Amino acid sequence: MKTAILEKPAAAEKKKAINGNSLLLIITIALFFVLYIAGCIAYSSKGFANLQTFFNILRSNAGLICVACGMTCVMLTGGIDISVGSLVAIDCMLLSYGMANWHLGAFGMCAVVIVVGLVFGLVQGYCVGILGIQPFIVTMAGMFFARGMTAVISTAQLSITADVSKTFYDIANFRIYFPFKSDGIRPYISIGVIISIVVLIVIFLMLRYTKFGRSLYAVGGSEQSASMMGLNVKATKVKSYVLCSLLCSIGGICYCMNTMSASVAQATGLEMEAISSSVIGGTLLTGGVGNVIGSFFGVLINGTIRTIVQTNGKLASSWPNILTAALLCFFIVLQSIFALVKSRRK
Amino acid sequence: MNKIKKITKYQLFLPIFCMLLVLCINIIHDIAVGGFSNGLDFFKITMTNGLMGGRIINILSRGSEIAILAVGMTLVVSASAGTDISVGSVMSLCASVCCVLLAGKAAPQATELAVPLIVAVLAAMGVGCLCGMFNGALVAHLGIQPMVATLILWTAARAIGLLVCNDLIVYVRNEQFQALGNYIGFFPTPIIIAAVCITVVALFLKLTALGTYIQSVGINKAASRITGLNSKLIIFLCYVICGLCAAIAGVVAAGRISSADSNNIGLNYELDAILAVALGGNSLGGGKFNLAGSVIGAFTIQAITTTMYNLGVSSAVTPVFKAVVVIVIVAIQSPAVKQAFAKINARRASGKEVERA
Repeated sequence: MKTAILEKPAAAEKKKAINGNSLLLIITIALFFVLYIAGCIAYSSKGFANLQTFFNILRSNAGLICVACGMTCVMLTGGIDISVGSLVAIDCMLLSYGMANWHLGAFGMCAVVIVVGLVFGLVQGYCVGILGIQPFIVTMAGMFFARGMTAVISTAQLSITADVSKTFYDIANFRIYFPFKSDGIRPYISIGVIISIVVLIVIFLMLRYTKFGRSLYAVGGSEQSASMMGLNVKATKVKSYVLCSLLCSIGGICYCMNTMSASVAQATGLEMEAISSSVIGGTLLTGGVGNVIGSFFGVLINGTIRTIVQTNGKLASSWPNILTAALLCFFIVLQSIFALVKSRRK
Repeated sequence: MNKIKKITKYQLFLPIFCMLLVLCINIIHDIAVGGFSNGLDFFKITMTNGLMGGRIINILSRGSEIAILAVGMTLVVSASAGTDISVGSVMSLCASVCCVLLAGKAAPQATELAVPLIVAVLAAMGVGCLCGMFNGALVAHLGIQPMVATLILWTAARAIGLLVCNDLIVYVRNEQFQALGNYIGFFPTPIIIAAVCITVVALFLKLTALGTYIQSVGINKAASRITGLNSKLIIFLCYVICGLCAAIAGVVAAGRISSADSNNIGLNYELDAILAVALGGNSLGGGKFNLAGSVIGAFTIQAITTTMYNLGVSSAVTPVFKAVVVIVIVAIQSPAVKQAFAKINARRASGKEVERA
């Protein structure tokens, strides 16, 4: 009897918490549809309503989807990783420079990129998890380190042509057509989109059904209770950073397939887009709450804003950055107000 | 042995040690390149065309921006246990505002000042204050982690700067404006501006109780509130001062190149400023701070950068070394490493006792 009384309010509170957080996700999905439909109405003459526009958003953001999945995993533990943009840059540079000069082939270089990502994640994870340094400081150093190493490999503007690597070129330009038509065109997607969707589904299932996925939520919710439950908090943190950097490397390959080029300044600000996608998608910065599906919609919102600005053609190129930052600001403030209300209720 | 321990515990040990290390590398490099007669080239002060020159003056002049930023950053780190990563972007935004106002209708190529210099500088400082207030409100009043809150302006400020400049590089080729970043008479102006900023802030902290308040809030926010300090207001003020410092640094940087290059002004300066604070022996976890340490740290970093160029390392590669230095310093400060050191020391001490017995 006594336990029943004790359990009841706890269960009710849990329900409320889920409602508050799913509300954020619903706002996000609604925002995406509002933005997209607004774009369709405003720019219908420029072909915005064509289904291919949507698939183009997916194609150009395939890399970002992978990166945002990794970012969400790190943010679930209450950490953050701002080195992802630079890591994507070094991945692109390794792919472009390596395929041209080291003769390892497309798949060999992809393997190199993934190993680099794993090592990078391991070092960052060790500093954050084992040494207990603030994740922001570690990953900021990582950001500058990776950007600098990109310059060490080459400071030139490289592009991947069919001469550099026939395999990579063919894979990147392979089009998978849909068996139906929209406005007289058969819409298509690229291999990168397939990779990113597979990553999205795998991470979604992992977070939901595996022990590791759940321990990410537990560590982010409360480190102390997680360690009291017998979870290895340090190891979980290290693994989350390794996972993030690994997904980042996969994202880097997708990104490179889309741009087919590499330069030192590439993918600057990608970390911002990944973080804002996760936050917009309902991942709490304090950790413990979030979902990759929300992050996916966050990426789509970012992509839609970019596409709308590009379709307009008259707006300055810095508008997407400003709008992304404003959206991030809006959602961060919303989150903190939710948290304040929750703590007041207690 | 005990003496060495005492010296290493002194807070200014780390920055001064690093400075000496950099100087030694320079002297060795000079001797290796040009023989013993060139050994002290580093300290040589020359007068060319009536302007003060020489490597040490160059470092002091170039390092002024970082020193000004480091002053604001020290306060932010001390009060909120977090860093303001938007300083570089805010620098760029303030430089753009200043230059666009000065250029007026003649943008992007102006030689005449459209408004008095002081008005444009004050406007830039106002924008810096606004940025600081935005960051401060998010951190102090909404309780958002400092780095996440400043992340917003980190992207947005530079983008807004580009928007203000209409995606162009606005040149203001006017002697009055150029003097801000170059020379007044024979002496480099940035050094004077940095000295004034540092003195004003240091005096302000010494003469009022603000310095003590900031440390108290940084050590324990809740306890400070209970003793009657307005913790939120103090943290807010720190961010405003940091924004102001970024604005001054931005104007100096713009004056140096007599233009507002939004994409490049203040690029990677946030790393330099944070590194300066860490090198100064200040804990990045907040609490006690030492302004002198941060300033020495700032000039040490500029010395490192200049030395890198001197050794022929590309400017794009220098962040690699700085990133490694940051990680090493922060790792030494981290609790895990401190515990490990304490264990080794304890083992040694117990070993000695066993020997005695």
